[in-house]
Amino acid sequence: MTGSRALGVLVLGFTLSAAAEAASSGFVLRDDLQRDVVLPRDPQRIITLVPSLTEIVCALGACGRLVATDEFSNWPAQVKVLPKAGGFEDPQIEQIVSLKPNLVLLSRSQRITERLSEFGVVSFALNTESYADIGHTVRAVGLVLGLSDRAAQLDAAIEQAVLKIGEEARAKHRGDGPTVYIEVDRGPYAAGPASFIGELLARLGARNIVTANLGPFPRLNPEYVVNHNPDVIFISPAEATSLAERPGWETIRAVKEHRLCSFAPEVRDTIVRPGPRVAEGMRAMADCLARAAP
Amino acid sequence: MSVLRPAVSIFGTGRSDAEMPHRLGTWVTCCLAITLLLTCGSLIIGTSSVETSLGWLLSPDAQSSVVLWQIRLPRTVGAWFAGALLGLSGAIAQGVFRNPLAEPYLLGTASGAALGVTLSLIAADASIGALAWTGKLGITGAACVGACAAIALTIGLSRGVLQTASLLLSGIVVAFLLGAVTSLLLLTKPDLWREMQVFLLGSTGFVSWSSATLLAAAFFVCAVPAVLLARGLDALTLGEETAQSLGLSLPMLRLTLLGVVSLGTATAVGQVGIVGFVGLVAPHLVRETLSVNHRQLLIGAALCGGALLQAADLLCRWIVRPAELPVGAVTAFVGGSYLTYLLWRRSRDG
Repeated sequence: MTGSRALGVLVLGFTLSAAAEAASSGFVLRDDLQRDVVLPRDPQRIITLVPSLTEIVCALGACGRLVATDEFSNWPAQVKVLPKAGGFEDPQIEQIVSLKPNLVLLSRSQRITERLSEFGVVSFALNTESYADIGHTVRAVGLVLGLSDRAAQLDAAIEQAVLKIGEEARAKHRGDGPTVYIEVDRGPYAAGPASFIGELLARLGARNIVTANLGPFPRLNPEYVVNHNPDVIFISPAEATSLAERPGWETIRAVKEHRLCSFAPEVRDTIVRPGPRVAEGMRAMADCLARAAP
Repeated sequence: MSVLRPAVSIFGTGRSDAEMPHRLGTWVTCCLAITLLLTCGSLIIGTSSVETSLGWLLSPDAQSSVVLWQIRLPRTVGAWFAGALLGLSGAIAQGVFRNPLAEPYLLGTASGAALGVTLSLIAADASIGALAWTGKLGITGAACVGACAAIALTIGLSRGVLQTASLLLSGIVVAFLLGAVTSLLLLTKPDLWREMQVFLLGSTGFVSWSSATLLAAAFFVCAVPAVLLARGLDALTLGEETAQSLGLSLPMLRLTLLGVVSLGTATAVGQVGIVGFVGLVAPHLVRETLSVNHRQLLIGAALCGGALLQAADLLCRWIVRPAELPVGAVTAFVGGSYLTYLLWRRSRDG
C-alpha cells in the first residue's frame, strides 16, 4: 500500500493546492478518473454506488449523511433501510437525480459520471479494486467529507491490523507456507495473485497455485489444479460438497483430506470487498488456513 | 439409385452427384481418422508441455495416469459424443423443418436449459435445503429439466408438431421469453454471471467418464431411430403432401424425430453447456463435401459434429494454456468463419 499511498498523497496534495483557486462554495480535488471535480464543502446528502465505498463512509462515522446506496451495500445494518440506487452495472440515474444528492461516490469503472454531470450531480470516482486502493480511497473519502484526521486514523488502524494478522499467520506456517487454490466460480475461475483476495492470501504467507501472468481471475483448465495438487482449497459452500465428483479431483490432497475453506456470505463480503473490514476478512482466511493447512 | 438431396443448402446446391460418386466411404474413413488423431492429440495437449505428456504416456505414474485417463480422455470422448449429438440433431432439425438454417436449439432447448441452471444456482445460493436439493440434481440435471420443459412449452404453444411455421414461431417465442426471465433473474444476482457464462458459452472441462457414458448412451438412443426414419426425411424433402401421399404418417414421423432432437440436445446441453454452431455447421459441411441422402447425411453430420467439437475442445485448452477458452466461443468462431467462407464463395461464383 505504501507506494500507492505516497502517490495518492502527492496527487491529493497537489490538487489541494488548487483548492485555493476553487469557487468559494467548494474545493477542487482530482478523482481517479483524473477529473478535477469541484466538490461541495462538508457534503450532507451522499449516495454511494459501491459497497466498499458505503462501508468506508460509515467507518468514518458519516453513515448519517447517506441518502441512498447501491443495492448490494449491506453493512452496517443501518444502510439496509436506505433507498437503493441500482447495481454496479446498472445504477438508476432517475433515482439518483430525484434524491438530489450533493455528492455521488462511485467506482472508476462505473461509466455514469458524464450522465450525472448533465443533471448537475457532482460525482467523485475512485479505484475500488485492490488492497492498495483501500488506503488511498479511505484518505480520499476523508478529504471529500472533511474528515481527513479520522480517515488517517482509520487507514493506520487498517494497515496495523492487516500487518499483525499477516505476521501471526506467517509465524504459524511450516516451511514455505501452504499452497492454495482459490476458486471464485465453477468454470473453474480462479483468483490469481493480482486479485484482491489473492493479495490477502499472499499477505498471509500462503502460496497461490495460480501464477500472476494468468491475470486476476483466469479460467483454468481443471487439470491444472490436479497437477498442482494444492494443500488447501478456498471454495463456495455450494461447490465444496461436489469437488470429489469432478474428474480426477478426488486425488487432490485438499479434497482427499477435506482441507477446504468456505465462508458464509457475510464473511465472504469482507474478503472480496476492498473496504475497511479487510482485517476481518483476513482474520477469517487466516483462521481457516490455520485449521485446514497441513 | 437416385439421391434425394436433403434440405437445400443456403450456400448453393453443393457438388453434383457425378462429381463425387461413392465418396462416402472415403469421407467416413477420413472423419474417423481425424477423430482418432484428435483423440491421440488430446492425450498430449493440456497444461503440461507436449514433451512432459509424452513422458507420462511412456512411463506413467499415479498422478499422470489420473490426468491422462481420468481427465483428458473422458473429456475428449465426451466432447466427441456431445458434438455428434448436436450434429445429428442439427441435421434432423434441418430435415424436419426443411430449412437449412434450422439448428438443434430451435425448440427453445438452450434458453430452457439456461433458465434451469440459473434457477438451480439461485436456489443453491438461497438456502441450505435448496443446496442439498440442487446438489442432487446438479447443473446437468437442472439443464436437462429446463431444456425438456422448454420443449414441452414450445410443442404445447404450437398445439402439436404438425404445423412447421407454428412450431418454429413457438420455439422462437419460448426462447425469447425464457431468455428474458433468465436475464432478469441474473440481474438480481450479478455474482452468478461468471458461472452462468461458463454454461452459456459451453465447457467440456468437467466431462467425466460417467458424463461421457451418458452422452454415448444418448447418442445411440438417438442415432438408431433417426437413421431408421431417414427415408421419411427424404420423402419430406419433396413436400408434406407428397410425403403423405407416399403413405408416411407425418405426425408420428415428426414427433419421433423431434423427440430425438430434444433428447439429443438436452443431453448435450446438460453435459457441456450451450455450444453454438456445431449443430448448424456440421450438416452443411457434409453437404458441401458430399452428395448424400438423409441416412448418409445423419451419419456424416454426427461424425463431423463429433470431430468439430473435439477439435474445438483441443484448441480451447491449447491456445491460452494453462487457462482455457470457452469451447462455445471457439466453435462459434470456427463455424462462423466457415459459413462466411461459404457465403464468400457463393458471391464469388455468382
